[in-house]
Amino acid sequence: MTRYFADAREFVPILLQGVWLTIVVTFASLVLSTLLGMVWALMRVCRVRALQQLAKGIVNAIRGVPIIVQLFYIYFVMPELGVTLTALQASIIGLGIAYSAYQAENFRAGIEAIDKGQVEASESLGMSWGLMMRRVVLPQAVKIILPPYGNIMIMMLKDSSQASTITVAELTLKGQLIAASTFKYTSVLTMVAVLYLVMSVPLILFVGWLERRMQRARS
Amino acid sequence: MIELVDVHKSFGGVEVLRGISAEIGRGEVVCIVGPSGSGKSTILRCINGLEAYDGGTVTIDGVRVDRQSPGIKSIRTQISMVFQRFNLFPHRTALENVIEGPVYVKGARREDAIPRARELLARVGLAGKADAYPAELSGGQMQRVAIARALAMQPKAILFDEPTSSLDPELVGEVLAVMRALAEDGMTMVVVTHEIRFAQEVADRVLFLDHGTILEGGPAKQVLTRPQHARTQEFLRRVLRPI
Repeated sequence: MTRYFADAREFVPILLQGVWLTIVVTFASLVLSTLLGMVWALMRVCRVRALQQLAKGIVNAIRGVPIIVQLFYIYFVMPELGVTLTALQASIIGLGIAYSAYQAENFRAGIEAIDKGQVEASESLGMSWGLMMRRVVLPQAVKIILPPYGNIMIMMLKDSSQASTITVAELTLKGQLIAASTFKYTSVLTMVAVLYLVMSVPLILFVGWLERRMQRARS
Repeated sequence: MIELVDVHKSFGGVEVLRGISAEIGRGEVVCIVGPSGSGKSTILRCINGLEAYDGGTVTIDGVRVDRQSPGIKSIRTQISMVFQRFNLFPHRTALENVIEGPVYVKGARREDAIPRARELLARVGLAGKADAYPAELSGGQMQRVAIARALAMQPKAILFDEPTSSLDPELVGEVLAVMRALAEDGMTMVVVTHEIRFAQEVADRVLFLDHGTILEGGPAKQVLTRPQHARTQEFLRRVLRPI
């Protein structure tokens, strides 16, 4: 145990550099996936058939390819097409795109859960589609979307570890490197796991709080 | 003002409207009665373009109603609708529901829209409920807010789609009273309803609809007390049967 603490004193500062990158990757890809997901979702529910089909195709293509393959594609294949990205940029874009599909499905489910009568009332007031979305549908859909959104945040935090596969020195890769060079797998990987847990717990509590709040709002 | 000429409409092979022709003049109150599934609501929904129709024409003051055309929004600001299930915006207070159309669709200033909305809420007997959310109101109160919301658009006509059908019986009267007052003020109203007595007292004309056609139409008294058609007689006998 004392040896573990000695290791911790030595390795945690290095791991914390990884934690910082993990947070950067998670936050940036969360923002990107939310924006892209909103675009796909609005295309799915808009009244132009071609856009609906296009969004459906995009979401299915993204969902059907493993995240790690998407990351490899952006980091290793894009340079051949003339687009060279740093590992960090590639990981943020890759995770952002990969998760935009799940974000889109969540947003769409929330939008489609709104009573048809709300759409008719908006139309009968002469609202345009955009105004109806902004003033009537989305404000109500947010309450349905938020709890699953919190879960997606937690999943993204953990999946940011996949950035390690394209050399982003975030928490997982840092841990791997330290463990491989010191052979102290047990203590290093335990620290890595604990650090992820420490980052997840606030998110988990936040989701729980959201769900309780939504429960109250419904009753 | 509202004119329907030979309007046809099918839902997946089932013809709900089979050649509807009718004219509703300014200030007129027309009730549409008839059995469920006869196409009553569909007529209203074709008038403000919530539903597309397959044949014939619907015009408002000579302008053709076309769900697909960009002009539909301007028609909808002129023709308001009150729904069976109220369809108030649940995330906004009664007052916010009423100013939503004037402020966000017609571009009125909030400072102008709010006092007007308060007047309208007072007119439907809900002066004290401006800050209540729909969930805090009874069905009758919600429907009266919905009527205030419709009035706030300063429409040429209001379409009522079974406005009392989802209300508890003891709440029907308060909504009908508001509608009666509107009729007395000269509002043009098209009302789909099962309230035969209301139709008798308030309507200028009644249209009896069955299987997508207008079987008979005319002054309310005539259609409701001396119906010519056997189908109308049978319907009224069943609706008005003493308990």
